[in-house]
Amino acid sequence: MSLKGENISFGYKKNNLILNNVSISLDRGDVLGLIGDSGSGKSTLCKILAGYENNYQGKVSIDGKEVPKKGYNPVQLVFQHPEKSVNPKWKMKDILNEGSNISQDILDSFGIKKNWFNRWPNELSGGELQRFSLARALGPETRYLIADEITTMLDAITQAQIWNMVLDIVKERNIGVLVVSHEKNLIEKICHKVVYFKDINNVKHY
Amino acid sequence: MSTAAVNVNRSLFKGLNLRQKTLLILGLTSFLLLAIVVSSLFIDNESLPTDFGSKNLSPSLEHPFGTDWMGRDMLTRTLKGLGLSIVIGALASLISAVLTVILGLLSSAGKAADSFVAWLVDLTLSIPHLLLIILISIGLGGGAQGVIIGVASTHWTSLTRIVRAEIKQLKTQDYIHISRNLGKSKWWIATKHILPHLIPQILLGTILMFPHAILHEASVTFLGFGLSPHEPAIGIILSESMRYLSAGYWWLAFFPGLSLLIVVLTFDLIGENLGKLMDPKNAHE
Ligand SMILES: Nc1ncnc2c1ncn2[C@@H]1O[C@H](COP(=O)(O)OP(=O)(O)OP(=O)(O)O)[C@@H](O)[C@H]1O
Ligand SMILES: [Mg+2]
Repeated sequence: MSLKGENISFGYKKNNLILNNVSISLDRGDVLGLIGDSGSGKSTLCKILAGYENNYQGKVSIDGKEVPKKGYNPVQLVFQHPEKSVNPKWKMKDILNEGSNISQDILDSFGIKKNWFNRWPNELSGGELQRFSLARALGPETRYLIADEITTMLDAITQAQIWNMVLDIVKERNIGVLVVSHEKNLIEKICHKVVYFKDINNVKHY
Repeated sequence: MSTAAVNVNRSLFKGLNLRQKTLLILGLTSFLLLAIVVSSLFIDNESLPTDFGSKNLSPSLEHPFGTDWMGRDMLTRTLKGLGLSIVIGALASLISAVLTVILGLLSSAGKAADSFVAWLVDLTLSIPHLLLIILISIGLGGGAQGVIIGVASTHWTSLTRIVRAEIKQLKTQDYIHISRNLGKSKWWIATKHILPHLIPQILLGTILMFPHAILHEASVTFLGFGLSPHEPAIGIILSESMRYLSAGYWWLAFFPGLSLLIVVLTFDLIGENLGKLMDPKNAHE
């Protein structure tokens, strides 16, 4: 059982391909690392895998079937900047439960406190917000988690805490994780396999 | 002189922070406008007796705005006219706001709908504004109904433009994409994510539309295409007084015109202060 991107080509502008013939495969239960230069198109690939972009060539599939365009997407993407991932006019409890009612287990393992629920997003720290973003993305129907530099802006201790929580949950629920990060140490520590972006992307750099 | 005024201003507002000051100004200005509307409701023809014994009197203590050629008190007439103007302005702005919300939501529904809205805005803007109001007003047979619909159906364009731009910007936000990925429908996203951001804009836009609507109503009426001559509108008062201006009866035009200006500026003041209150920098919601 796997999420596959096959022969994906994409550019924001015509004649300027950012992804050229990229193929990537993520199995359930796997933790796959993706390392690459800044600006090389990793986030773009993540967005395509999670169905945020439509005008690409190639194919994204789960177990050979196209990912449904409507309804809950089993592929959930979490970004680097949690403050952009939440509607500033919503209270935290509404943000958390937008997709599904997030179970108490997940709240406990992320250390999300009940008294944060009635706050506005700007009343939480980046690390606290990121826990909400992750918990929200880990609804019961999530099968694949794409983590695009989710701990880049956090200190080392918080980073380790958050990854421990995520790894516990994905192991228990057999979720596949794509870990995008600049930090080789982190990737080496938590990933089963590592892919180098320049090896899978055939864009020529001059 | 002016420093004295500033000092008075300072001592008057001493001890108030910016927010309280803003609220105070909002309260006072709203009260002024409300007072005009309410008092105009109590003015009927009996409170405007024709008295040829006291016609064309220049301003005095008894008649602060003077009297007209039928001996009617100009202050009373002006109040009545302003009340009517504000009510028409309110109706027109409200209808415009509703149109804006509908068109805004429509334009957030999809590309084709958005192009349609853009086309409608451009079409409306391609005809000179005053001319369009006059055309609509005449087409609907003139009168209060014609003017209100004419003014209301032409003032939604600028606000709709702002709202469209805002929607475009909002739709690129990550949390909108995330919402879609969490299985939410377009309509759900439009009402739950996008609309709450637009409401302050629309509220402010509606209030700032007021002065435009009032001035347009007055000018269309002044030009003779709006309210009928027996209606107590400011536009009517002004166009009548033009005939008497050469006779030296300056107060017939001066005070009603000045009052209209003050009402218009009051709305601007309200809009400005409301804008300060809703400034996203100091509002956490
Ligand atoms: N919305 C957009 N419109 C146009 N160009 C874009 C857009 N988003 C990204 N790009 C461009 O596409 C290229 C790839 O960007 P992307 O964000 O995918 O890189 P990345 O590998 O994630 O980089 P980083 O490691 O710095 O996050 C960059 O050159 C960027 O300027
Ligand atoms: Mg990136």
